Amino acid sequence: MKRLWVYLKAYKKETVLAPLFKMLEASFELLVPLVVKRIVDIGIASGNRSYVWRMCLVMILLGAVGLACSVTAQYFSAKAAVGFATKLRHALFSHLQRFSYAQADHMGTSTMITRMTSDVNQVQNGVNMVLRLFLRSPFIVFGAMVMAFTIDVKAALIFTVVIPLLSLAVFGIMLLTIPLYKKVQERLDKILGIARGSLTGVRVLRAFHKEEEEIREFEKASGALTELQMFVGRLSAVMNPATYVIINGGTIWLLWTGALRVEGGILTQGAVMALVNYMSQILVELVKLANLIITVNKALACGHRIENVLERPADNDGPDASRGGTGLTGPRTAASASGTKEMPVPAVEFSHVSLTYPGAGAESLTDIDFKVMKGQTVGIIGGTGSGKTSLVNLIPRFYEATAGSVRVNGIPVQEQDLRALRAGIGVVPQKAVLFKGTIRENLLMGRTGIEEETLRKALEISQSREFVDEKPEGLETMISQNGRNLSGGQRQRLTIARALAGSPRILILDDSASALDYATDLKLRRALRSMEDAPTVFIVSQRASSILHADLILVLDDGKVAGMGTHQELLRECGIYREIYSFQYADGGKEARTR
Amino acid sequence: MSKGGKKTAGGQYAVMKKVLRYVGRYRFFLICSIVCAAATVVLTLYIPILTGNAIDCIVEAGKVDLTAIASILRVMAVVAGATALAQWVMSVCNNRIAYHVVQDIRRDAFEKIQVLPLKYLDAHPYGELVSRIIADADQFSDGLLMGFTQLFTGVLTIFGTLLFMLAENVGITLVVVCITPVSLFVAAFIARGTYRMFKLQSETRGEQTALIDEMIGNQKVVQAFSYEEKALERFDVINEKLGKYSLKATFFSSLTNPCTRFVNSLVYIGVCITGALSAIAGRLTVGTLTCFLSYANQYTKPFNEISGVFTEFQNALACAARLFALIEEEPQTPEPEDAKVLENARGEVVLKDVAFSYVPEKKLIEDLNLFVEPGKRVAIVGPTGCGKTTLINLLMRFYDVDKGSISVDGTDIRRLTRKSLRENYGMVLQETWLKAGTVRENILMGKPDATEEEMVAAAKAAHSHSFIKRLPDGYDTVLSEDGEGLSQGQKQLLCITRVMLCLPPMLILDEATSSIDTRTEMRIQKAFAGMMKGRTSFVIAHRLSTIMDSDIILVMRDGHIVEQGSHDALLAENGFYAELYNSQFVLSE
Repeated sequence: MKRLWVYLKAYKKETVLAPLFKMLEASFELLVPLVVKRIVDIGIASGNRSYVWRMCLVMILLGAVGLACSVTAQYFSAKAAVGFATKLRHALFSHLQRFSYAQADHMGTSTMITRMTSDVNQVQNGVNMVLRLFLRSPFIVFGAMVMAFTIDVKAALIFTVVIPLLSLAVFGIMLLTIPLYKKVQERLDKILGIARGSLTGVRVLRAFHKEEEEIREFEKASGALTELQMFVGRLSAVMNPATYVIINGGTIWLLWTGALRVEGGILTQGAVMALVNYMSQILVELVKLANLIITVNKALACGHRIENVLERPADNDGPDASRGGTGLTGPRTAASASGTKEMPVPAVEFSHVSLTYPGAGAESLTDIDFKVMKGQTVGIIGGTGSGKTSLVNLIPRFYEATAGSVRVNGIPVQEQDLRALRAGIGVVPQKAVLFKGTIRENLLMGRTGIEEETLRKALEISQSREFVDEKPEGLETMISQNGRNLSGGQRQRLTIARALAGSPRILILDDSASALDYATDLKLRRALRSMEDAPTVFIVSQRASSILHADLILVLDDGKVAGMGTHQELLRECGIYREIYSFQYADGGKEARTR
Repeated sequence: MSKGGKKTAGGQYAVMKKVLRYVGRYRFFLICSIVCAAATVVLTLYIPILTGNAIDCIVEAGKVDLTAIASILRVMAVVAGATALAQWVMSVCNNRIAYHVVQDIRRDAFEKIQVLPLKYLDAHPYGELVSRIIADADQFSDGLLMGFTQLFTGVLTIFGTLLFMLAENVGITLVVVCITPVSLFVAAFIARGTYRMFKLQSETRGEQTALIDEMIGNQKVVQAFSYEEKALERFDVINEKLGKYSLKATFFSSLTNPCTRFVNSLVYIGVCITGALSAIAGRLTVGTLTCFLSYANQYTKPFNEISGVFTEFQNALACAARLFALIEEEPQTPEPEDAKVLENARGEVVLKDVAFSYVPEKKLIEDLNLFVEPGKRVAIVGPTGCGKTTLINLLMRFYDVDKGSISVDGTDIRRLTRKSLRENYGMVLQETWLKAGTVRENILMGKPDATEEEMVAAAKAAHSHSFIKRLPDGYDTVLSEDGEGLSQGQKQLLCITRVMLCLPPMLILDEATSSIDTRTEMRIQKAFAGMMKGRTSFVIAHRLSTIMDSDIILVMRDGHIVEQGSHDALLAENGFYAELYNSQFVLSE
């Protein structure tokens, strides 16, 4: 938990003061039975009315001061807990953002979101409750016992029996039921799974007319859940009656002992009353304590999960410790290298690159070796899982090669400043993702210094000019979350425009034309070709037609290069390419060439 | 807003009635619970009186009536034991009612889902429906349980205490009754302020979650554009705002306890003064005072609880209302009594003047006529998202046509049993769905009584046998619902095997086998081709070869069927199909 406490440190004062004031409040509360005792023993016994009034004033005072203390404590603990959570969220968010693709894949989006939201909330709640109650409840329980001792040692001994018994009942039942509640949750998850499955698979299930079978399965699981719930319910239903019996048993014992002690002249009537009062204070606090422990338990589990995330060093800030040094020299040498004309440096060079994803058994890319010159177009084709996306992801260093080296402008990507490297590469991912905001904001993505003219060009080339201009608000049109108010094709074209807006030297189209019809796809490729100072383009595709004209085509099969060259060369030499091509074009292949 | 509020308030009564109908099945337990609750309350209230009586017997040295005390304490022990027993029985009854009622409601809801038209299911996100059956039902059972245990006993305790107090001493009772409203007033006052802050807090929280979802969910894009700092900036703005509201909400809500505790202590003090003064005047014994003091403690507690329980209970009713809304939803059109059973269809499919749209404002299919002879192949082509699946929805009768008719072997499909119609279709969709269970269970879905040989033969025909054999437990490997551990291609192969096994006379295939590597894909194509031979088939086609081999090509665009005919005829038409076809084959610019 050390990693988390750091964020509480800024609230040292609050974390100390909150429980302190709570304890003060508790002490005042503990004094009340003593005052009542005096009223009975002195006020009533001697018939002194003014004494009763005075004592009651004392009690009001105690209550008021207690209230003031309590409110102060609540404020401090709320401030500490909320402040802590705010800082924690900030830290988590910036930490998660630095996760590499591999790490993010490994963790999964929904997990990351849960950590940031409900887990942090639980921890905040836990901190708040601990500050408020963790000292108060035991303090009252033991305080009541101590107070009882000040009244009469022999009677107070009853407390030393009752408190452990009560604790045993409360915590014992809790200990028994908590694991059972976990099982209840598992069974609930099971019926959740069935309900989900019957909805996501509704077409298949209905096609195979499995409705009744589903109902039977659901009923079985639901029945099992109810059964367990009933069992746990019966068990935890014991807690209240058991504590009730113990407390009343204690009271009976106390009254009997008290009676004997009063008869012996050792105690007064008021003292017995005070003892009975203390007895009843204990129960309330013990139950609170039990509930608190459940909350704290939950918070601890969440805290551990958050800690696990924070402990995982983010890949993206590891090697970049050297950012300052190479970051300065990297891009500069790149510029000068491409400037010198005698020795043209390849824009992108892979030398014997292999990639194994963390935790994966086999290599996803094996010994990839090729060079691309500036302005060339590279087509990458192959089946799903052949490693096409993995290959292009190495260029902006989204993943790192496990063997060999990837060079951009002649410099290994690891030695370049990550920001500068990525700024020079325009990526259009498979999934067309847009953010909530205006079209302009989406194109700029926080980058400054992009001119209006560049934006216009980017829209034109990406074939999105037309539909953007059609919108009454043009570039200022709001895009809703996930771009739901645009069609798939429009989204895809905007992501291409977004990549182009940064005037990239390298453009990566990762199967980006899949939502475009053939005609638009073709127009897009033509526009890209006709760009002045055209970037080096990587086109990943499943469609042979998209890459036919590339200067270099890489055919990937199971992570290995199965063929490399131009369309004509590959048709001659590469069996797999011929297979894909003739397959997609069927016997139309001949036709196509004659056209 | 207020209108909606009224509606639910009026509706709440109706919801309550429905809940009671479900509860009514457990009448016996309900009565038992009520009797036990009443017993618990009465007995619990009796204890302070006994304590008071005992204290009255302990006056001072030499004036202690030990025999009387002994008998009082014996009664106390019996009462405490009886209370505990009553409490336990009550809890058990309540548990039984709550959990069984929820189980019943859940079952009804789940059964309803099985007969709801797809029109409804498609229009509601699955997550939302699942959350109704699971989370809402759970919340409802919690609320119901709390309502039974606390609301009921709470109200009983309040009235019981009042009665007991009145019986003992009218004066002090009046003091108590006068001060209690202050506690309620304070609590309500704080609750109002808190509610506002909580609303702000949860709104900001929602805003933040949306941002997190966007930025973390699309981390790849964020990183590709080095947007991290900007994202963190945006996050921090919301985070600070959330911190501010959260502090206020937490603080205000945490005021409730200390404040009501203070008011309660005022009640306590009030009882103390009037009690002590009466005692001095000799109108009250110390024992009665003790008894009143403990009543004063008990009396105020249910008030605090009830307000909490009340919100919980209302929440539960809201959940129940959502569940009932689902249960009472209109089911799919029932089959006519004399519905025909389609057996071994020849596979003649006729669409006559069919019109269909998901929403009335947006016409989709109009005047569609199609005659498919038995054994013919229909290819459906068009850009992604043009509504190719709509046709499948109609053929399988997942949706009913708005106008016109679809008939199989000369019978309108609305006059056939759904079961027999669907039995005659084999369907492989693009979204591969596997049931949580073993590979075997998944394959046997369409033909549970198939022999081992038949199953293996089907798997071989679909090229899935070799990879299934390599799975840890072969055909008995347990799959999770999303087929974790299997590649997309393998999942698709399993779905194909499923159809391969029962091989009905008509087929609906989605050719989007993009997620299978090229070679497997070719094998699947061959398997498909084998399957289709002699069977009427509808194929969402992606391969030119399939399209060109088809007897009829339906060209779709934006949900409409724009062209229909054979490959050559369509090319000659030089329309949208020709455009699609040609753009694919432009070689040189």
